[in-house]
Amino acid sequence: MAKRIDVSDLNVYYGSFKAVEGVTMTVEPRSVTAFIGPSGCGKSTFLRTLNRMHEVIPGGRVEGKVMLDDQDLYGSGVDPVAVRRTVGMVFQRPNPFPTMSIYDNVAAGLKLNGIKGKKKLDEVVEKSLHGANLWNEVKDRLNKPGAGLSGGQQQRLCIARAIAVEPQVLLMDEPCSALDPISTLAIEDLISELKSKYTIVIVTHNMQQAARVSDQTAFFNLAATGKPGKLIEIADTQKIFSNPSVKATEDYISGRFG
Amino acid sequence: MSSNTVRMTDVAIVDEPRSTKPAGATDGPATADSGGSGGRRSPSPVFGHPARAREVKDHLARVVMWLAFLLALVPLVWILWTVLSQGYHLLLQSEWWTNSQKGITSRREGGGAVHAIQGTLIQGLTTAVISVPIGVMTAIYLVEYGRGKFAKAVSFMVDILTGIPSIVAGLFIYAVWVTTLGLQRVGFAVCLALVMLMVPVIVRSTEEMLKLVPNELREASYALGVPKWKTIMKVVLPTAFSGIVTGVLLGLARVMGETAPLLILGPYTKAIATDLFGGYMATLPTMINQDRSESLQPAVDRVWAAALTLILLVLLLNIAGRVVARFGSVRK
Ligand SMILES: Nc1ncnc2c1ncn2[C@@H]1O[C@H](COP(=O)(O)OP(=O)(O)OP(=O)(O)O)[C@@H](O)[C@H]1O
Ligand SMILES: [Mg+2]
Repeated sequence: MAKRIDVSDLNVYYGSFKAVEGVTMTVEPRSVTAFIGPSGCGKSTFLRTLNRMHEVIPGGRVEGKVMLDDQDLYGSGVDPVAVRRTVGMVFQRPNPFPTMSIYDNVAAGLKLNGIKGKKKLDEVVEKSLHGANLWNEVKDRLNKPGAGLSGGQQQRLCIARAIAVEPQVLLMDEPCSALDPISTLAIEDLISELKSKYTIVIVTHNMQQAARVSDQTAFFNLAATGKPGKLIEIADTQKIFSNPSVKATEDYISGRFG
Repeated sequence: MSSNTVRMTDVAIVDEPRSTKPAGATDGPATADSGGSGGRRSPSPVFGHPARAREVKDHLARVVMWLAFLLALVPLVWILWTVLSQGYHLLLQSEWWTNSQKGITSRREGGGAVHAIQGTLIQGLTTAVISVPIGVMTAIYLVEYGRGKFAKAVSFMVDILTGIPSIVAGLFIYAVWVTTLGLQRVGFAVCLALVMLMVPVIVRSTEEMLKLVPNELREASYALGVPKWKTIMKVVLPTAFSGIVTGVLLGLARVMGETAPLLILGPYTKAIATDLFGGYMATLPTMINQDRSESLQPAVDRVWAAALTLILLVLLLNIAGRVVARFGSVRK
């Protein structure tokens, strides 16, 4: 099910501003890839090009190629809406739908895409909540509003919502930055579990987190503000953290800048 | 957090009248930070004695705000009291709510206002039924799709419509309906003029509500592979729903009290008439206008009572708007 991502020579623009330049990388299926780098270097921007969320922003456009197995995401005739069904996303701040119950939040992706049938939905909701390690905490209040959960629970609800549509790739943009250490650990455990089924890409500012959860790590940097961000180095997480081949990576990881 | 935004919403539209009340002037704790009572306390060792001048200025500002508040309140209370005291006794008679004025002359007492209440409600609802889709859809276009010159032009048009005096709207419809198309003056023509007045109100209030829906919710929905139109229908509109309803009710309240287009396009009748295309049709404003210059007591009484009925109707809509705003908003 999980798919390989192949990015070659990708430039990302906001209008005339080039935010990210010349990214080439491969993400293996059933692995976790972490993006690290200083603020503003284009990690979120690049991440959002992987499910064509970037073009939701007025003026947002992309040059280059993103392949999902042998499908070109930006090929002509490719429906961005279909792409987003295949490549799910979890955001920095938990954002459950405030008008919907916990159940409806998880079922939202299916319901809004016209899938009906209570039995099927019940099944998917339970499975997804189990998958997000949230079932035991919410099984008695599935009909209560999703916004009534704690921040960490809300984030896991958002993960359940994302995996309910059975994507092949899961993108996570700083999913733990709004959470306490306990919830963070819960989500990290979850990521390690989800790895067996999905290809996962996660943006994080937390070096330990990158070291703990990821198989490979990509370091982004930018020469100066106003200049586009670039991919400096991508390698096995172990190698990046013990013996990076670029000086800037080592400086960043050891906290000497950024 | 989105529930906060929805609550802000309520404040944005509903609480306008509250702003006439000087904040802090009425509640006691405000004195605590003003330093006004500092003179009586022993001076703080760190911050010293509050400056005399600041104390005086503080009191002065408070007095001025109170005066402004009272000044704004006086005419309001005056009007309410006059209308209430002159009109209430007719409203207590059941006949007022069950009969029309058919066959009743200025000289005679009796009869009711059903014909006018019905007319006002029918015309108001028809106006709303036409205005709400146009207004809400325009707002959706402006907030969710509108980019570039065309959207700017639409937004500018809405601004212009907002500023149109009601008599101009009435005359414009007269020019189209009667002069150009050669049709009769009927209730429906009134509705068209009222639509011109109500649409911009709905566009603006709905726009505000839609803008308050956090972008993150839209993105969350897109990221699930939900198309844009469905995101708007199933995520954005439900989140903004109570705010939109409140805006519509307040717009309706405003339009129901409108008089100029009625005088131009809606000839009065004393009998019950419910056909929007049937010509004569009574409404509360035209009922008031009808006997406005009468000096005979029964007619004068009816004018006051009709005025009070209209005020109550508008008040009811305002209250309904607030109730929806309060209880319809998304709760944690
Ligand atoms: N909507 C936007 N419109 C225009 N420019 C944007 C927009 N969003 C981001 N940018 C710019 O693109 C560049 C990259 O931003 P991005 O959000 O991808 O950085 P980031 O690496 O995710 O930073 P952080 O670690 O703080 O999240 C920045 O220079 C930013 O100012
Ligand atoms: Mg970011």
